[in-house]
Amino acid sequence: MTKSKFDAIVIGAGMSGNAAAYSMARRGLKVLQLERGEHSGSKNVQGAILYANMLEAIIPNFRDDAPLERHLVEQRFWLMDDSSHTGVHYRSDDFNELKPNRYTIIRAQFDKWFSSKVREAGGTVLCETTATKLARDRSGSVIGVYTDREGGVILADVVVLAEGVNGLLGTRAGLRDMPKPENVALAVKEMHFMPEEVIAERFGLTGGEGCVIEAGGTISRGMAGLGFLYTNKESISVGIGCLVSGLAESMENPYRLLDAFKQHPSIRPLLAGSEIKEYAAHLIPEGGFKAIPQLFGNGWVVVGDAAQLNNAVHREGSNLAMTSGLMAGEAIFQIKSRGGLMTKHNLSLYKGMLDKSFVMKDLMKHKDLPSLLHTDSHNFLMTYPTLISQAAQNFVRVDGAPKINREKATAASFINARSRWGLISDAVRSAVSWR
Amino acid sequence: MVARKNETPANAVGRASSGKKLLKCFEDHRHVWVFMELERGKVHPVSIELLGEGRRLADKLGVQLAGVILGSSEGVGTKPAIEEAFAYGADIAYLVESPLLANYRNEPFTKALTDLVTTHKPEILLLGATTLGRDLAGAVATTLQTGLTADCTELDVDGDGSLAATRPTFGGSLLCTIYTLNSRPQMATVRSRVMATPQRADKPIGRVIQHELTMVEEAIVTKVLAFLCNDGSEQSNLANSDIVVGGGLGLGAAGNLQHLRNLATTIGGGVGCSRPLVQKGWMPADRQIGQSGHTIRPKLYIAAGISGAVQHRVGVEGADLIVAINLDQKAPIFDFAHIGVVACALEFLPALTEAFARRMPPHNSIKGMDRGRLDDQE
Amino acid sequence: MHIVVCIKQVPDSAQIRVHPVTNTIMRQGVPTIINPYDLFALEEALQVRNRYGGEVTVLTMGPPMAEQALRKALTHGADRAVLLTDRHFAGSDTLATSYALSQAVAKIGESYGAPDIVFTGKQTIDGDTAQVGPGIAKRLNLQQLTYVTKIVSIDPTSRELMVERHAESGTQMLKSTLPCLITVLEGVNAIRRGSLDDAFRAARSPVLKWGAADAGIGELTKCGLRGSPTVVKRVFAPGPRAEKAMQMDINDKTLAEVAADTVAAIFAREPVLERKLTSHGDR
Repeated sequence: MTKSKFDAIVIGAGMSGNAAAYSMARRGLKVLQLERGEHSGSKNVQGAILYANMLEAIIPNFRDDAPLERHLVEQRFWLMDDSSHTGVHYRSDDFNELKPNRYTIIRAQFDKWFSSKVREAGGTVLCETTATKLARDRSGSVIGVYTDREGGVILADVVVLAEGVNGLLGTRAGLRDMPKPENVALAVKEMHFMPEEVIAERFGLTGGEGCVIEAGGTISRGMAGLGFLYTNKESISVGIGCLVSGLAESMENPYRLLDAFKQHPSIRPLLAGSEIKEYAAHLIPEGGFKAIPQLFGNGWVVVGDAAQLNNAVHREGSNLAMTSGLMAGEAIFQIKSRGGLMTKHNLSLYKGMLDKSFVMKDLMKHKDLPSLLHTDSHNFLMTYPTLISQAAQNFVRVDGAPKINREKATAASFINARSRWGLISDAVRSAVSWR
Repeated sequence: MVARKNETPANAVGRASSGKKLLKCFEDHRHVWVFMELERGKVHPVSIELLGEGRRLADKLGVQLAGVILGSSEGVGTKPAIEEAFAYGADIAYLVESPLLANYRNEPFTKALTDLVTTHKPEILLLGATTLGRDLAGAVATTLQTGLTADCTELDVDGDGSLAATRPTFGGSLLCTIYTLNSRPQMATVRSRVMATPQRADKPIGRVIQHELTMVEEAIVTKVLAFLCNDGSEQSNLANSDIVVGGGLGLGAAGNLQHLRNLATTIGGGVGCSRPLVQKGWMPADRQIGQSGHTIRPKLYIAAGISGAVQHRVGVEGADLIVAINLDQKAPIFDFAHIGVVACALEFLPALTEAFARRMPPHNSIKGMDRGRLDDQE
Repeated sequence: MHIVVCIKQVPDSAQIRVHPVTNTIMRQGVPTIINPYDLFALEEALQVRNRYGGEVTVLTMGPPMAEQALRKALTHGADRAVLLTDRHFAGSDTLATSYALSQAVAKIGESYGAPDIVFTGKQTIDGDTAQVGPGIAKRLNLQQLTYVTKIVSIDPTSRELMVERHAESGTQMLKSTLPCLITVLEGVNAIRRGSLDDAFRAARSPVLKWGAADAGIGELTKCGLRGSPTVVKRVFAPGPRAEKAMQMDINDKTLAEVAADTVAAIFAREPVLERKLTSHGDR
């Protein structure tokens, strides 16, 4: 059986790749997907949270058979210093709806399921096959790929690059630059196993309910970073990530940061008695809107993490990945059905769809936040957490000192640390970046 | 074969052990047999070891021990083997002598052995787990539709007389004891050096029961065209070494094996390794120490960076003195070592080599003593 | 030629761990692989096919997830894959396994042409018995050639073949006739990476799934637990020796000091060894 020409080749079987491959295969296009790992998901690492809304747009009935861990009913935001945390929790029974909005998932299993859907829809998926080079015609348009298997070039009308944040195919071909260290975070995570009942007890969960903790502060030693803890059915995912540039400067070891995070008095009791079964590391794009590369060209489009479509502020990446994959697939289908060629001009339809969607709108909104955090992370992540922790303690402790004195002490501590001007400027810049 | 009445679903082990009782037709199977593997008329050491073990089992059961000899009258003939059988404790020798049995081939050997078994009905049949033994045992067990447990590290008989055959399982992380409950003979193979070598006693030749092999050469499809003897220098002699030094994953990288070799050269020991190193290609397969490699019984075994999984343990437990070096104080090897050193193998090996060297006169590290081969100059 | 290769999906035993407290096997998350010994058999089969023409069918008996192993084998270049899976096979020892497999091989022969060679690996890393190959040979009346290191030649017309077989102290040169069963020694070849064509074929080929009935297995009493004369009665971890290991004192000592102490301890226990190593001019 010889390989014939495909309508599209999708490089990568992660979130964006599976979404693209599925949406095209479902529409009857002849799709080939190449994954370098042993199976879909073997090279992917994520917390992980699944955003149901975006997956519904691709597979409306995914809840029927997708492997889902817990649906989230509680979100905790913690500002941590070395011995305390000050937090805001939101929990609502509203999230116990018929079609819950967010779930924790385990990527190794979820990706396998998603990949089986691609196959069911008629896509051809080759694993343990790495695309090594883009094939181009004389005019420079992409017409296919070479792989690390013997057999020459595979031709297609369009190549969808879903190769992840450090994918080499597109960068080697000059379609985009390698991501800069200040635009990428290195996250490390572990999976801690404990019985379902223990997790339920510890977090006050019933049935399939789940909880998420996201934490910032001194845990990242002044570098821009975020810690997290997600409840799965029988395990807890715990991890921490920091900007690569920060790690390089401080020569910190991310696993040491994770260890310190796990030992923190607020985190340690949540993990007590667990058994570590897996650990992993992954790079996450953090550059936001300003880091997005050229998204389309003659015979190619780029989706997902490879396109830096990651909203670090809302810690969202997989939904943007899925949606970008879906839109790429839709755009390609539309061009094909009207008999068009996969030219740069025609493929701009993909970017147009992205611009109109939450993907670009959200990224644009927060486009200044990455640089704010990058230049001022020490301030926000070391100084403020300590100040706030002290302020909270002043409020909570009862020791006979008049309350007015305590409040003055708190105000003074802030002003001493940041000066009035500093405080105002921090507030304004944050507000502006947020808006 | 067996009619099963009213099988009820139950957990696997329960059902298996309750539903299997020895059929009446097997109740007359008695005595312990040891297949004696010959190489050019000489008895393979594993068969001697099995005679020792077989004698012990037969005594426990109150039955006789028989040696089974299949060979030809060529060369030295079968008489030396028969003598060995009685010298190591057999009460009977079963003999099939035929030119068809001059060189090992599966067909005639399987026929000869199964004929003997169906005629004389042993309850236990033991073979060495050599390439020959395993080739033969599988065919015989299938022909007789009986149970065969391979590579046993321990044999015993229960109160009711059944053979309890113990061997590693789950890739060598645990041990399991296996029984053949409802058929006979109960077959087991055992690797070289797992059982101790018994004492030899000069005894007159006892009762020999001889059978004919009713086969003709023309009917046998496979022919032996030639036999190329191994050039001895290629083989490691770990099984017979008095001092063995073994390395495991704790050494970190293939390049670090040099430290192991230096120690071995200094004290005159053979060099071996645990299974993962063979799997990684750091050392050839014939250097593997462990249940699926060589079982060793040296006076001194030094294990560097080896965790001590069961399948390794059963391969070295016969050593007089086991010294273990491992950075992990909880490593299982410390459960059965005699002397333990919690240290990084990579760092400790050179220190140990140096410490030995200081106690030894300079030329002793080159001259051989009672030691194994040093073909570690790779 | 029609070549059948029997493979087995096994847990990657290098990664199996025993729980330090409960002594149970921690099987979760242990990845499964094709039994490494079977890959040598598969490669040998592919080489024979490429040299003499024909087809390679891969067969395995296992639970439904053993399909993964068959897909991998297809990716390496096999032409066809059959999964023999049925709850009646659960708990099979080697005798019951060789029964089921030999019936399936016979059925494959009926459907796709009688096999000329059946290949198996030397043994499995989880069972380590090396018994199933010989069992199949006996049942199907195939010439049994184990521990083969090299297939020297095959004459398709006369159906004669010559192989080299590894024996304890040397190598046998054997001449035999097809059909035969060959178990291949490890290390004799290296499994090839499939080409794009192989990968495409693997992705698109259905894996044939046969239950006991499909494989023409009539006597279910010969399968699974019921058909297994051997029974595992006990699984256990060996206990520590009664006399604990003497731990060398490493506190506040240099490595050299600990090493010297260790040598002293060794010599204290093995005076004969001490004499041999430390005396002068001994032979």
